[in-house]
Amino acid sequence: MMNLTGTIGGGGRQGWIAAVVGLAGTTVIWIFASYALFVVTWNIAAGVLDNPVLLPSAGLTLDAAAQLISSGILLSDVLASLKRVVLGFAMAASIAIPLAMLMAFFSTLRRLTMPIVQLLRPIPPIAWIPLAVLWFGIGDPPSYFITAIAAFFPIFLNAFEGGISVEKRHIHAAQFLGAGRRAMIMKIIVPSSMPYIWTGVIVGLGQSWMAVVTAELIAAQSGLGYMIQNSRINLETANVLVGMITIGLLGSLMVAGLRYLERYVLPWKATQ
Amino acid sequence: MTDLSTPTLATPLFPAANADRAAPATGHIRVEQLRVVFGRGANATLAVDDASIEVKPGEFVSIIGPSGCGKSTLLNVVAGFVAPTAGSSTVDGKPTDKPGADRGMVFQQYSLFPWLTVRKNVEFGLRQQGLPLSRREQMARTLLGLAGLLAFENHYPDQLSGGMRQRVGIVRALATSPQVLLMDEPFGALDAQTRQVMQQILTNMWQRFKLSVLFITHDIDESIYLSDRVYVMTARPGRIKAEIPIDLPRPRTPEIAFTPEFLALKQQLRALISAESLLAMGGELKDGGLEGFELSVGEKGVGDLL
Repeated sequence: MMNLTGTIGGGGRQGWIAAVVGLAGTTVIWIFASYALFVVTWNIAAGVLDNPVLLPSAGLTLDAAAQLISSGILLSDVLASLKRVVLGFAMAASIAIPLAMLMAFFSTLRRLTMPIVQLLRPIPPIAWIPLAVLWFGIGDPPSYFITAIAAFFPIFLNAFEGGISVEKRHIHAAQFLGAGRRAMIMKIIVPSSMPYIWTGVIVGLGQSWMAVVTAELIAAQSGLGYMIQNSRINLETANVLVGMITIGLLGSLMVAGLRYLERYVLPWKATQ
Repeated sequence: MTDLSTPTLATPLFPAANADRAAPATGHIRVEQLRVVFGRGANATLAVDDASIEVKPGEFVSIIGPSGCGKSTLLNVVAGFVAPTAGSSTVDGKPTDKPGADRGMVFQQYSLFPWLTVRKNVEFGLRQQGLPLSRREQMARTLLGLAGLLAFENHYPDQLSGGMRQRVGIVRALATSPQVLLMDEPFGALDAQTRQVMQQILTNMWQRFKLSVLFITHDIDESIYLSDRVYVMTARPGRIKAEIPIDLPRPRTPEIAFTPEFLALKQQLRALISAESLLAMGGELKDGGLEGFELSVGEKGVGDLL
């Protein structure tokens, strides 16, 4: 495969790189080039400002990261945030997907509840924090609530869209094959909506990850958001940057993981 | 009421066991004085008017007519998608008020489930009947083998050509052993070559399974080649203009299209339909040459009238 890519890619500008390291290697090289550009720009800016509280250099940030890693602080904060994201996200998905499927199928339920959904949807997760703290106090529970709220709407709205765009001919065909209500939902509407649901899941997980930081800034005493907030108060800006970069890396890794799983969740899409 | 339990299901798997062409007792479609009106008040459209047709058990019957003549509406009444405004539609005496597994339907557009493999598509109806997995698999594979599709059992529909998809569609509709197969221009989207092969496959399947088939088409050759009888429908509102028996011997091969008998039937049907197509295109022609259109045509066909 590497050789093949090298030969057919010969006409392009990346031809000679691809010829040496292959297509996957080329991608990696470009990612590194992109990161290098980022680090260089960052260091230039840090040099110009010349103030590690406003903007520490990449080297100082790396030192801070090494220290946070060796002391185990970073890992425990990552795990705390991860747990909140995964649990809140799972709660949101397990409510949003069945609800969306039922609303797509039963028009009475849809007419009755859709206006409520439309009313709640524009409220940003951060606006729920006061209620979350009042109801659940400080710590994990309010964070679950916030990450769940953040993931709920992208998952629900996409799944619902999938549910109502089920093709009539598939419904009709299923009726002729003797499908009852239950089979119609489980065997036709759900799989037919799966590409939409999956999009919702990917967007929802991203939203959930962003919301956990927001929640932890205010309503928690652990996690990456809390670490960032705490470091800001102590003017440990390098630690703030470590927290931010960790969030960025973990978020994009999670989305990449879901994209990889897609071929197992939507096998009929993978073969095209 | 058709019995859908296992004994009936065994029939298609072992067609050779009852190869004598005794007419099956079930699968009798009867549409009587059907009238279908769409919309209300000023917007009301008379789609089908006083149409009566019959498909006897084991018979292959086509309805042919200009586009928009209401032939699909008629089929949709038998399918149970459209309710009659007046008149009745029954299969074995039971009103066709909703879709059901007693009738098989093959749609004009491919209606395979894209998220299921070819075999799982065929198994779908069997699964609804509660058959165990091993039995479903065995039946689906047997049927796919008959249609020459066994090599594609694990493919997804999007990986197949149009002709193959429609073959799977037919196999899927047959899997639940319906007595009646309803087909709404199933080969309309296929090219001429594929179409001819599909017609042969369909004829084979029909003869093996002894089904009653109601087939909608606007292709004259197709209707003659496939059918025992052809109904010609008028331009909207759709009425039955003529009923032409096709007394060509079976099995038929594509070469039959060059025999004088076939050409005579084709001539007859074309004359009937071109008048209707003109009508369908321009209502202003209505004053001329319509006398006699309400005449019922006997066994000798329209040749007598012209």
